[in-house]
Amino acid sequence: MRVILERSNLLKSLSHVHRVVERRNTIPILSNVLLAADGASLELKATDLDLEVTEAAQATVEQGGATTVPAHLLYDIVRKLPDGSEVMLKTDDNGTAMAVISGRSNFRLQCLPQGDFPALTAGQFSHIFRMDAAALRGLIEKTQFAISTEETRYYLNGIYLHTVEADGALKLRSVATDGHRLARAEFEAPAGSEGMPGIIIPRKTVGELQKLVDDPDVAVTVELSDTKIRFTIGSVVLTSKLIDGTFPDYQRVIPTGNDKELIIDRQSFSAAVDRVSTVSSERGRAVKLAISEGQVTLTVNNPDSGSATEELAASYDSDPIEIGFNARYLLDVAAQLSGTEARFMLADAGSPTVIQDTSDMHTLYVLMPMRV
Amino acid sequence: MAVNATANGICRDCLAPAAGTGKRCHSCGSPRVLRHPELEALPLAHIDCDAFYAAVEKRDNPELRDKPVIIGGGKRGVVSTACYIARIHGVRSAMPMFKALEACPEAIVIKPDMEKYVRVGREVRAMMEALTPMVEPISIDEAFLDLAGTQKLHGAPPAHVLAAFARRIEEEIGITVSVGLSYCKFLAKVASDLNKPRGFSVIGRAEALDFLAAQPVTTIWGVGKAFAATLERDGVRMIGQLQKMEKNDLMRRYGTIGSRLYHLSRGEDDRTVKPRSEAKSVSSETTFNHDISAASDLVPVLRALSERVSTRLKKADIAGRTVVLKLKTADFRTRTRNRQLADPTRLADRIFHTGLDMLMRELDGTRFRLLGVGVSDLTDAAKADPPDLVDTLSHKRALAEGAIDSLREKFGREAVETGYTFGRGRAGQPQREE
Repeated sequence: MRVILERSNLLKSLSHVHRVVERRNTIPILSNVLLAADGASLELKATDLDLEVTEAAQATVEQGGATTVPAHLLYDIVRKLPDGSEVMLKTDDNGTAMAVISGRSNFRLQCLPQGDFPALTAGQFSHIFRMDAAALRGLIEKTQFAISTEETRYYLNGIYLHTVEADGALKLRSVATDGHRLARAEFEAPAGSEGMPGIIIPRKTVGELQKLVDDPDVAVTVELSDTKIRFTIGSVVLTSKLIDGTFPDYQRVIPTGNDKELIIDRQSFSAAVDRVSTVSSERGRAVKLAISEGQVTLTVNNPDSGSATEELAASYDSDPIEIGFNARYLLDVAAQLSGTEARFMLADAGSPTVIQDTSDMHTLYVLMPMRV
Repeated sequence: MAVNATANGICRDCLAPAAGTGKRCHSCGSPRVLRHPELEALPLAHIDCDAFYAAVEKRDNPELRDKPVIIGGGKRGVVSTACYIARIHGVRSAMPMFKALEACPEAIVIKPDMEKYVRVGREVRAMMEALTPMVEPISIDEAFLDLAGTQKLHGAPPAHVLAAFARRIEEEIGITVSVGLSYCKFLAKVASDLNKPRGFSVIGRAEALDFLAAQPVTTIWGVGKAFAATLERDGVRMIGQLQKMEKNDLMRRYGTIGSRLYHLSRGEDDRTVKPRSEAKSVSSETTFNHDISAASDLVPVLRALSERVSTRLKKADIAGRTVVLKLKTADFRTRTRNRQLADPTRLADRIFHTGLDMLMRELDGTRFRLLGVGVSDLTDAAKADPPDLVDTLSHKRALAEGAIDSLREKFGREAVETGYTFGRGRAGQPQREE
């Protein structure tokens, strides 16, 4: 194999694929990136056996062929090469090493045979649809923070993507929860998604995907079956296994009968929560919200360091209520809201509370209160 | 100076200062007179309860007093403690039960009642802690005490305080202890072993070197059977031989332990008494009667252990965020696995299910001799097991567990059992015939 390509092209493609490669691997070939030169492009592929990313970079192929080299090493080398330079990748005659040559720099990397590189067989996809990158990004970003990291409940370690009939139209919905909070976002279901199975996209895939959909104008092609999903974004193809499990019936969790409505300025609320939680030295400290007509008082009590209170004007005309939330979770939700006002629907101090952005009623957050 | 002259001895029965050189106490006539030139100067003690488990059983059942008693059992059949009468017949701890019974067929074998021993052990420890805060427990029935600087407080030198302590333990708790008194931990421990039971031995600075020279190398802490064999191969059997060797030579031959050999053989030990710090984890483990590999055998044990851990957490009003699983294979390899939970827990149910998930990944036919489970990353209980959005039944399970706890409190632990452990005894071990 002998190819020449622009350093910036190679770097961009490598930056997309190399993240998939785990830093520590028990199987040596999984540390490598597969390079295959053919026609006018160099295809790069990396996998962790659950997730595979391939990308084609424009290249001058002088001699076709394929090999695998350590992904992070190659990325680090290319990253340090001068901007605007050209890079030549050239394998030895016996295929045991690959030279990376650029200007006066000359590296030799050890290769592993491309035949050993595992392929994530995608099988047959049952559904295919196209959607805007912006919509996909919205579904991910609004819910990603609530994904659980608890291994025991592995079925919560991803985003649940499914279609649902709501307000007389079919919606594509994403839901994530860790048992303390739940996030739900939705968009018009794209044509072709009707009848798709409900799937759970693993956390790592979600993270990679989020980085790939940074250009909102690109259309994303989504293909899926009940075990795999593939996203094609421009020249990048991401294929991932899905979490084999049943996502809990989240509808049950979203309270519908909460009758106490609190409307508050989002920015000042968020800033106030951030301020009062300064005195809570450890994670999981509660912020108490004492809500009465026209105002909310935030309190944090930390027996080790002190206490903090802050009063905020708010629109509220139900019976006074005191309720506690984890400061971290409250901040996470506040960070998700983009409008000027946040709406809290409360029942009592022990029941889940619904939080929404008054300008975006399609997105919804549920927070479990804490004892205070 | 008259006081000093008499104070280098004490009667261990009537606690009167024992002057002179007579074999018996001038006040009460007891032969248990303790004399040592450095008696007043030595602050570091090792206290060891004599045949602890057996002593507690004899205390609670006076009929056993003059009979050989062996605490132990289970099918793996190892002697855990033998009383001194049984020891006369050659029974030793860690001896297989069948051998012990061969040596002493009339012995009475009692299954260990750990809860009781722990309770008595705590009473003893509480009495130690009344003497000095510098108490470092080694196990349930032994501890190091540093009594340096307590002379003013007690109005007596450490040796007197310890003699009084030993007497009080006998009177108030009804078991006996042996005391070793010296200037360092190593020799205090060696001393307490010298004339058990009801012993009180003193090793002073002056005689330390000569005393050690005549002891076998196994006296040194850290020299076990295997290492003693290595030393034997090199012709070293007595500590006296080590005393003649250079530090460099010892370290070249045996690595870092060589340095320990060098210093300890010369009676040099700078380890200090470290009072027990706050618990970092709560765990429970058990060694099986037979090595086992099947999930059906291991799971009940895990359940029983999880319940024990949970009980201890609830009693202490703490909770742990990380569940730790420990396995020891038949060939003594230890595997530990841990998993962090989203929230601290103290529920048997959560500890069990988290442990179960980790256990199942380890089951590949390997035979295990030990299973343990515990929690670490401890916090106070207030944040434990919050209500969960998804698992709406978790709250109900927690309430059910609370109900089970109070039933057990009232009617004993077998009042309510899960199907996992039902009919399997306390440790959840398979009840299999040999």
